Amino acid sequence: MLSVAAFTEGRHAQALPTFGSERTGAPVTSFCRIDDVGIRAHEPITSPDAVIIQDPTLLHVAPVLVGTSPDTYVLINSSRPVEDLGVEPLVSDFRTGRVLTVPATELARQHIGRPLPGAPLLGAFSALTGLISLESVATAIRQRFAGALGEANVAAARAAYESVVQPGTRFADA
Amino acid sequence: MTITPRELYQIGTYAAGNRLLDLDQRSVQAHGDRTNSITSGHRACQGCGEVLGARFVLDAAMRACDGKVVVSNSTGCLEVFSTPYPESAWQVPWVHSLFGNGAAVATGMAAGLRAQGRDDIRVVGQAGDGGTVDIGFGPLSGMFERNDDVLFVCYDNQGYMNTGVQRSGATPASAATANTKALGAEPGNIFGQGKDLPRIALAHEIPYVATATVADLHDLERKVAKAMTFRGARYLHVLVPCPLGWRSASHDTIKLARLATESGMFGVFEGERGDVTAVSPIRRQVPAEDYLRLQGRFAHLFGEHPRPDIVARLQEQADRTIARLGLLGAEPHDHTLEV
Amino acid sequence: MLEQVEGSRAVADVVARCRPQVVAAYPISPQTHIVEALSDRVRAGDLQDCTYLMVESELGALSACIGASVVGSRAYTATASQGLLYMAEALPNVSGLGLPIVMTVANRAIGAPINIWNDHSDVMSQRDCGWIQLFASSNQEAVDLHVQAFVIAERTSIPVMVCMDGFVLTHAVEEIDVPDQQAVDSFLPPFVPRQVLDPDEPITIGSMVGPDTFTEVKYLAAADQLAALEVIDEVADDFRASFARESGGLVRGYRSDDAAIVIVSLGSVHGSICDAVDGLRSEGLAVGALAVTCFRPWPEGQVTSALARATTVIVVEKAFSMGSGSIVGNDVRLALADLGATVFTAVAGLGGRPVTADIIRRLVADVRDGELEADVLHFIDVDRSVVARELAERRPARAGREAIR
Repeated sequence: MLSVAAFTEGRHAQALPTFGSERTGAPVTSFCRIDDVGIRAHEPITSPDAVIIQDPTLLHVAPVLVGTSPDTYVLINSSRPVEDLGVEPLVSDFRTGRVLTVPATELARQHIGRPLPGAPLLGAFSALTGLISLESVATAIRQRFAGALGEANVAAARAAYESVVQPGTRFADA
Repeated sequence: MTITPRELYQIGTYAAGNRLLDLDQRSVQAHGDRTNSITSGHRACQGCGEVLGARFVLDAAMRACDGKVVVSNSTGCLEVFSTPYPESAWQVPWVHSLFGNGAAVATGMAAGLRAQGRDDIRVVGQAGDGGTVDIGFGPLSGMFERNDDVLFVCYDNQGYMNTGVQRSGATPASAATANTKALGAEPGNIFGQGKDLPRIALAHEIPYVATATVADLHDLERKVAKAMTFRGARYLHVLVPCPLGWRSASHDTIKLARLATESGMFGVFEGERGDVTAVSPIRRQVPAEDYLRLQGRFAHLFGEHPRPDIVARLQEQADRTIARLGLLGAEPHDHTLEV
Repeated sequence: MLEQVEGSRAVADVVARCRPQVVAAYPISPQTHIVEALSDRVRAGDLQDCTYLMVESELGALSACIGASVVGSRAYTATASQGLLYMAEALPNVSGLGLPIVMTVANRAIGAPINIWNDHSDVMSQRDCGWIQLFASSNQEAVDLHVQAFVIAERTSIPVMVCMDGFVLTHAVEEIDVPDQQAVDSFLPPFVPRQVLDPDEPITIGSMVGPDTFTEVKYLAAADQLAALEVIDEVADDFRASFARESGGLVRGYRSDDAAIVIVSLGSVHGSICDAVDGLRSEGLAVGALAVTCFRPWPEGQVTSALARATTVIVVEKAFSMGSGSIVGNDVRLALADLGATVFTAVAGLGGRPVTADIIRRLVADVRDGELEADVLHFIDVDRSVVARELAERRPARAGREAIR
């Protein structure tokens, strides 16, 4: 959906899921490239500009921040602030405002009725990075999910977006 | 001069004299406009039961379908002796692909014709017992379960005759073949092995399943015609003696097919959607031994060191088939009137 | 229309627009999304006059295509890996019978050890079966190759495999211009079979051919294969004229005209190689790339002329010949036999290991630094410590030249 949102804005994008013998609930990785020129490579991303972590427990068990730089955006699905996640050594090198949590699962439960954090994470990603607009995210969501389900996902994304951009949040320089 | 009243059947063959019957009750082969689906000049052995069966099956299918039949033929004797390039004995549209895929090719033909809206053209797949019960079984079972619109015919000569008479899953117990020789304490093919494909076909609950032999060609034709009244998957299993593989006299092919049925060694029945609906009753039961003695592949049961114990076990098999299908005491079925 | 869409779905869409009359397929990763989408098209009525067969095996799938093709229907299937091997018996049957079946191969490794990820060992194992093998370097090309494949197959009566990297392309969501129905219809005429089973004109297909004629039949098939090179080229030209983009053909160079070093590859790795070439060019190195789109028949003449000015040729391939060495590299060597270029062969990306632009750049550096021998197959992304430990355990050190590096 992220790649579709970028495509909607007239940019070039590519989403590469990785597949294995994983069954539901196992850790998985996906990649997305967004560029202003056509994308030729189909290799995994090794130095990401942004990382979205759908399950904060992965921070403790998987090398999810490998290849990142202090400029990399890190978006974590959690209802707790970053400081409370016990991952301070992992995130201490990032620039201020680059690491953020968003209660995506809660927002999904609230708006969609199921714990599917994808759409709210995209809403938060839009707010955090400014790389794509919330409207493009909404367009991509509606392409994927028709009707009421689509609108519920859009609402969740919007709520996540607003929770990030409302005044008084932690990133003065975002 | 005394006048002998004419019997309606000839002693020895039980076949009604064709010329005494009304035209519409006669064999397809009695008609001048028969197709000759597989015509003369092919290279089958003398007394080949398979080519006889194939000719009757396809001519009957052609008659039943107004000449609109296409045929898929699996690898085997029937394919090899009929199409030595640049010759072909086939007068019907015919394709040979591989040994194990005949039913799948037939499935594709039916699908292709359906896509073209050509439901008037009917598909027949044919193979020997190896191409049916062994290597071709997967695609055939798939064709059955999907109920593809194909009549699949197995010409069962009970072994891999094309490659030099090896055992197949349809070879009877105790029969000597090139890889089950008459050696050791249990000579010939092993008891307790092999599969009964007509009953397996029946278990797929396809529209029509029938067995037949080349001893009752009229019955064979009737079953082909009946199969063609159904749409969906149909299966016809025809016992076709093989003089080469059975080590029998060429002139005994029909006789052996008849003895197989009259002894109960091969049960002739019809079934629809999983149930047996009719059987060909045994008119004059003969012991299995009468059938076995004419075949060199069973010679080890009767030679210098006879094995009456094995003959008895084979008789038990025949008795089980007779009991299962109720082949004794069933009312004879007057087939000719149904054609 | 340009869409942001999964490779598999785009391929399914374009295949549907090629109006196959029979689609027969057996599920195997990573081909599944393609045939699932085709099943949807048939069920929803978007693809009419088409029968979708859920067969019991890959042998059944290709055999059903054989049946469909001999009654004059356009037939399509898709598979990968073990599925292609399960079809192996029928593959030369299709080409031998001259049936213009088109098949997508979502390239995947073959086991053991079982591995569901991408490499080219599946199609390379079947490179001599008489099918045309076209390799897509991108999802756009994969889509375009399918339209071309039906034209090529039906014009030459030779079956075509469209090879696209499993997962890497099949599951990537990218911008793809999927030709619309009208465009496909005007490029791909209705199927007119060369031979057909017709009750009004009975013929025998699949005769037994003996020693007296078999060689001649095979000779003619070989001649047809080579003649197909021209058709493949023509169809790519026609495609460019109709769709205004480069897709298909025999080989395609990238900054290779004046390159001293050219990297030859098949499939999607060409994208990363192009990125590496740009990087190396910016450092002042005369490096280029050559994508081999058509691997069978082997376009020897085109490979020779495309590499005529190179002094160093590096072949990167995702399969190798067990016990022998390079596959594509050996063909390239023969094509360059009279030219004097040094040919290096490198295996990479087996069983889904990513081949990155970084790896390619390191490979070029190693070649320039004289780190690699020519004429030896190099495993450029192998973990040396792991294999060294294993080798030390299983046999004593041996004198003599090792066949692989």
